[in-house]
Amino acid sequence: MSESQARGKPAKLSRRVKAMLWSMLVIAVGAMVAPLAGYVYAASAQAQEQKAEEANPRAEYWREVRQGTAGYTAVTGQETGVLVQSGGQVWREVRNGPVTTLGAIMVVGMIVALVVFQVTKGGAKLEHRTGRTVLRWPMFDRVLHWYTAILFIILAITGLSLLWGRYALIPIMGAEGFAAWANFAKPVHDYLALFFTAGLVVMVVKWFKHNVFEAQDRQWFKQLGGFFDGSHPPAGFCNAGEKAYYWLLVVGGFAIVASGFFLLFPNLGFEREAMQIANVVHGIGSLVVITAVCAHIYLGTLGSEGALEGMVSGEVDEGWAKQHHNLWLDEVKKHGQAHGEGESSGRSAPASA
Amino acid sequence: MARMKFLCDSERCIECNGCVTACKNEHDVPWGVNRRRVVTLEDGVPGEKSISVACMHCTDAPCSAVCPVDCFYTTDDGIVLHDKDLCIGCGYCFYACPFGAPQYPQKEAFGVRGKMDKCTFCAGGPPADNSEQEIEKYGRNRIAEGKLPLCAEMCSTKALLAGDGDMVADIYRERIMKRGTRPQSWGWEKAYQEDV
Ligand code: SF4
Ligand code: SF4
Repeated sequence: MSESQARGKPAKLSRRVKAMLWSMLVIAVGAMVAPLAGYVYAASAQAQEQKAEEANPRAEYWREVRQGTAGYTAVTGQETGVLVQSGGQVWREVRNGPVTTLGAIMVVGMIVALVVFQVTKGGAKLEHRTGRTVLRWPMFDRVLHWYTAILFIILAITGLSLLWGRYALIPIMGAEGFAAWANFAKPVHDYLALFFTAGLVVMVVKWFKHNVFEAQDRQWFKQLGGFFDGSHPPAGFCNAGEKAYYWLLVVGGFAIVASGFFLLFPNLGFEREAMQIANVVHGIGSLVVITAVCAHIYLGTLGSEGALEGMVSGEVDEGWAKQHHNLWLDEVKKHGQAHGEGESSGRSAPASA
Repeated sequence: MARMKFLCDSERCIECNGCVTACKNEHDVPWGVNRRRVVTLEDGVPGEKSISVACMHCTDAPCSAVCPVDCFYTTDDGIVLHDKDLCIGCGYCFYACPFGAPQYPQKEAFGVRGKMDKCTFCAGGPPADNSEQEIEKYGRNRIAEGKLPLCAEMCSTKALLAGDGDMVADIYRERIMKRGTRPQSWGWEKAYQEDV
């Protein structure tokens, strides 16, 4: 496929779609940042309270108390000298408010959008199945993918249970039933988190080389990946969308893992404020990544015929590779049948021809 | 129906920790858990102030709002209680509570905390009043016996008041009037969204 052909058509068509995508991005970022405004609000409210009380000679004590200045107490333990920790109120409002509701809107919105896309437009069909295959994902990569994927899904279900279960599951399962589930889900979430982290780290390191942005990625973004006009922008082993997804996992994954670390180790002496912030970061990070994963699952299955084969058998059809990853296919062909990975698999591609 | 409240008069509290001891003894509170504590500000400096604090049994309780398993309930007397059979020990109530009331028997890696424990206003929990199970899990139920919380009953200076919010406020107001000071009904604004 010539590049000019691909470039010419979508320029006009995509303006509206582009505006739509941009506004979706702005909303998503807004949803992430908006909750933090609560902290600003709390700080200014506190400042106002202070001014109002300056006339009172006793005010100094109570101001200190409100600011969480620790006094002396015979009771040992963490933060026992603090009479009032005001951050909890902000945390409550942020967590029960935007994190819970905007999070739901974001995840459910993505699922609805994908369903609408599938129904109205449908996923990309495999235009021409050649019957010859190329090795795309060696065994190690596939095991790594499914290992991390399965853990992610378990963590997402158990984690979302704690966030939404009170509203979504208690009415169905009853308080006892849900508590029994939550009592199981919490330790599962806590322990599996470690195994997931390991998988994520290996994945990020192993697939880094596929995900460095290159010149042709600009073109891919310009054509919006060809999702809306059916064009095929040039792409190497990973297209620009997949690279963006990778970097979202790097950033989001780091936020989730780092904040989760705090929540996982109350014995290390993190104070309440740290836990409150960690919980909010953990929630927002997870919801953003879960939303992205929904899109990823769609694009890896219904959204792109022929893609799933690569993650199941390791081999993709040459037709699929040409359609979606033309530069990678050229590369593979140039280097004989060594499959994009640089490691020889011992299995030559046109085996099933 | 009475609306139960605590009030600690910081002009009277002498930091004797009698309330803390009374509570620990009455309810056989496990090692490491303190349902009540006394905090002294500017300790050792003339004019130091002490306050005894436990769960304030908040109106619109933050702990209850964030609990993933929704295990809190407010009694007709306005006492905030919780069900340890449902609690998963997630720590959220502790993060949300302004007064640091929720306590955990353990604090280990992997978020292992055990069931949350806190002041019950001497009103036990969900099991039958003063049943073995209730005493074991929540401590004695003095309210069911028509008694008020032991911490306040034992307070040597009557700094700590517990009981019907209106009566507590009346007693305190009378004191303020005699003293000619301004009210410092500690924690009321936060817990009940009102002052004396
Ligand atoms: S003082 Fe803390 S534990 Fe008690 S009702 Fe208020 S928020 Fe809940
Ligand atoms: S520790 Fe227990 S009572 Fe507290 S929020 Fe978690 S489940 Fe609810």
